[in-house]
Amino acid sequence: MPIKEGQIRIPSGCAIAAVISKEGKRMTGESITNAMKVMHDRSNGLGGGFAGYGIYPEYKDFYALHLFFDSRDTRKTCEAYLKEHFEIVHSEIIPTRKIPEITDEPKIWRYFVAPFRSALADMQLDEKEFVARAVMKINAGMPGAYVFSSGKNMGTFKAVGYPEDVGCFYRLDEYEGYSWTAHGRYPTNTPGWWGGAHPFTLLDYSIVHNGEISSYDANRRFIEMFGYKCTLQTDTEVITYILDYLTRVQGLTLEESANVIAAPFWSTIERESDRSKKERLTFLRTVFPSLLITGPFSVVLGFTGGLMALNDRLKLRSMVVGEKDDKVFISSEEAAIREMEPEAENIWAPAGGEPVIVRVREGAV
Amino acid sequence: MGVEFLYPEYEVIRSTDRCIACRVCERQCANEVHSYSAERGAMISDESKCVNCQRCVSLCPTRALKIVRSDCVLKANANWSNDTIREIYKQANSGGVLLSSMGNPKSMPVYWDRILINASQVTNPPIDPLREPMETRVFLGKKPDRMTRSPDGRLVCDLPPQLELSMPVMFSAMSYGSISYNAHASLARAATELGTYYNTGEGGLHEDFYKYGAHTVVQVASGRFGVHEDYLEAGAAIEIKMGQGAKPGIGGHLPGTKIVGDVSRTRMIPEGSDAISPAPHHDIYSIEDLRQLVYSLKEATEYKKPIIVKVAAVHNIAAIASGIARSGADIIAIDGFRGGTGAAPTRIRDNVGIPIELALASVDRRLRDEGIRNNVSLVVGGSVRSSADVVKAVALGADACYVATAAVLALGCHLCRTCQTGKCNWGIATQRPDLVKRLNPDIGSERLVNLMTAWRREIMELMGGMGINSIEALRGNRLMLRGVGLNEKELEILGISHAGE
Amino acid sequence: MKRVYVNEEWCLGCRLCEYNCAFANSGLSDMVLALKDKPVFPRIHVEGDEKITYAVSCRHCEDPVCVKSCIAGALSKENGVIKADPDRCVGCLTCVLVCPYGALAPGENGVMLKCELCLENSCGEPACVKGCPNRAIVYEERGETA
Repeated sequence: MPIKEGQIRIPSGCAIAAVISKEGKRMTGESITNAMKVMHDRSNGLGGGFAGYGIYPEYKDFYALHLFFDSRDTRKTCEAYLKEHFEIVHSEIIPTRKIPEITDEPKIWRYFVAPFRSALADMQLDEKEFVARAVMKINAGMPGAYVFSSGKNMGTFKAVGYPEDVGCFYRLDEYEGYSWTAHGRYPTNTPGWWGGAHPFTLLDYSIVHNGEISSYDANRRFIEMFGYKCTLQTDTEVITYILDYLTRVQGLTLEESANVIAAPFWSTIERESDRSKKERLTFLRTVFPSLLITGPFSVVLGFTGGLMALNDRLKLRSMVVGEKDDKVFISSEEAAIREMEPEAENIWAPAGGEPVIVRVREGAV
Repeated sequence: MGVEFLYPEYEVIRSTDRCIACRVCERQCANEVHSYSAERGAMISDESKCVNCQRCVSLCPTRALKIVRSDCVLKANANWSNDTIREIYKQANSGGVLLSSMGNPKSMPVYWDRILINASQVTNPPIDPLREPMETRVFLGKKPDRMTRSPDGRLVCDLPPQLELSMPVMFSAMSYGSISYNAHASLARAATELGTYYNTGEGGLHEDFYKYGAHTVVQVASGRFGVHEDYLEAGAAIEIKMGQGAKPGIGGHLPGTKIVGDVSRTRMIPEGSDAISPAPHHDIYSIEDLRQLVYSLKEATEYKKPIIVKVAAVHNIAAIASGIARSGADIIAIDGFRGGTGAAPTRIRDNVGIPIELALASVDRRLRDEGIRNNVSLVVGGSVRSSADVVKAVALGADACYVATAAVLALGCHLCRTCQTGKCNWGIATQRPDLVKRLNPDIGSERLVNLMTAWRREIMELMGGMGINSIEALRGNRLMLRGVGLNEKELEILGISHAGE
Repeated sequence: MKRVYVNEEWCLGCRLCEYNCAFANSGLSDMVLALKDKPVFPRIHVEGDEKITYAVSCRHCEDPVCVKSCIAGALSKENGVIKADPDRCVGCLTCVLVCPYGALAPGENGVMLKCELCLENSCGEPACVKGCPNRAIVYEERGETA
């Protein structure tokens, strides 16, 4: 019996790509799907996925929960749980296109929900923490049900297959978002499981990641102290939780969070001439040593209103950035950027540990 | 005394072909094993006095000497070993508690040797420490729970006091008195040069060594010897010693013969009086009392120095550590049952306490389960023998290791385990001036620096192999370890998988 | 010029230097062959009492009285090193009388022996320094002295 994510830790290589419009102009998912085609060889057909931001404007005030179910019974049980804690304003099967490349799909549903005020008050939690805990609860405690997207006005779409086929399967050409991230997976020893594909998300954070982090267990065992459960045992999952913890729980900025997970070398910090920056870098590295991520990685974090791309501090994975007009493109390979925008300009490879943060102009979304 | 039942444990084998009768062995043996017989025109030896410290062997210019375990043994008996029978004879002779020193020599499981380290292949590149930066710096101390920002939005960068270590190893407590002035000088100078710390133990701090204070951990133990305001101020951190791995549950006893001159002055007790540290601190009978001492010491030093609480690894160590972590301590030091000592009752040394590997694994897990691992740093000792042990300890969850036996070995100790006699031929565990001078701190500190430099290089190689370029990414990274030949319970406690899994 | 210096603080009085010296100057490659059952004639001597010991060897003085006093012209100074020529020495012991350090002593056949820093023997560097277990004897540059 093959074992899936969550039962064993599986290293994997990957392709990532992302695009964002700084003006908040909405694009369909077609272009990013095509971009993944040219990086076909970076995946092995065992996982592909996308995250789109700004795709649910009609439900923008509700958490969009995307779920996989292995059976109708599981769905019923899970729905009962959801109904206890949330007001469900709309639920439906996520529309898909039957294609020969994607088979064995689970039941794929989405729910637009809002937590009951009374439940929040009972548990003395803020809304995000409440939703995050509900997601963890389902994913860790309800076998056969898996929440793979839980943010507002954003959604993740993933499956076992090549990413370009996954995009076609989920009809991404019918969604419009101001930013998209994409992932093609090359796991080394798994038959692939739909939930194990990327992006990995928590609330409105989504992560696509290429690499295998050597600090995994140090990071996991630290972050699990704060209520997170790393059920998938994947790098992407732990990176998502770390960023959620640093930004949402500890209130760090994305730049500060990047300084934690891809902290500069001590020798670099010592050379820093800006005293307050030096003090800040030293402080962050001293306080959060267990959240330093080592080993190769390139990640793109999607969040409401922006993207952050980051490489490990030795830059052991390829990642390039390009621009054209209001758009910024990020990809494992330049070819994918050229596919999205043949006229892309200013193509550069960000240095290891140097975050590239792109935000949509204030008021544009 | 009746018949002497014991044939000497060791034999001095002297090659008469090689011996040039230079008498170096005779001059160097404080136990007076060797002498020159004018009648025979040759060197002779009294093996009954030999402790097998190998000083004579090491200095013999023609390699004419070796010390071997005597093959004059009693009839083989798997239950009554020779050592056991010898101890019976000794006790029948003396009526006393058996004394020993250094760590437990019994063949108990050494878990370090049953743990293997990972390396990267294909999916993740190993990192070459000769080409890429490889960081071993560690900060010990409490980390803040919550980030705060000033009204203008700037991150407030205030930290509780931290110890900065260039590598995750410190020299653990050995008191001035139990070891010599020159041994302390060697440790102090080496710690300073290495960017780490040594520990005064419970013997005060000699006035000559205040200048190394920035790299000194000053200890406060149950006898409170040598403790005064300047002493507390002098160190970079203060360690409250609740227990020691070699002798959990009992105090210490430095015989009056060692309380001479500067030792007496530094300990602040009269010359010739026995220095007896009680088994408990008589102001700490429970965890809330510990909290009071922690805060008294913090008050006395204006909250500028981290407080370490050192305990022996005993059965319920996880609960004890959890209590200490909530007592205000910044660092917990845990000493395993194989840790060394200058003198301990043999039965206690060999039968009390638990292995540090298991203690560390369960403490680290408990503190994480309770969400308080960040409140304290964990330092472990009690037979950390090599850089590989350090790497395994860090991967199990330690912030740093304490080493003492390895350090005295570097200074020349040959582990003869007779520190309690005070006649250390290597100038380490003695106060006899003619013996103390045998340890030149120029050489001693250099050898300690060499040893730690070598370990640091090896740690970097091992980390690089795992694709890790900073020690903090190794800490608690138990996926990097696999057990071999361990049962399921042991694996469960260590929190690691078996090799092949 | 580099000279041999002793630091009495670290001298253990083990006398290894004497034996290493005698061996280095024996011309033999085997210490046992060189020193076993034979009188030993070192060019460095450990002196002292119960409390303090130290090794004494030629200081290679800037202005050596031994060289001036040698009636046979057996002592000379070459590149700062004071050497004894065994073929010229007549064994008159004048040098022993004048040396303020007691650094010269007669050898087996009455000919004077003195430290020549092992520069020309099998050791190639001062054997006493090399073999000292406690760095009580060092070979280093400390500036000129009388």
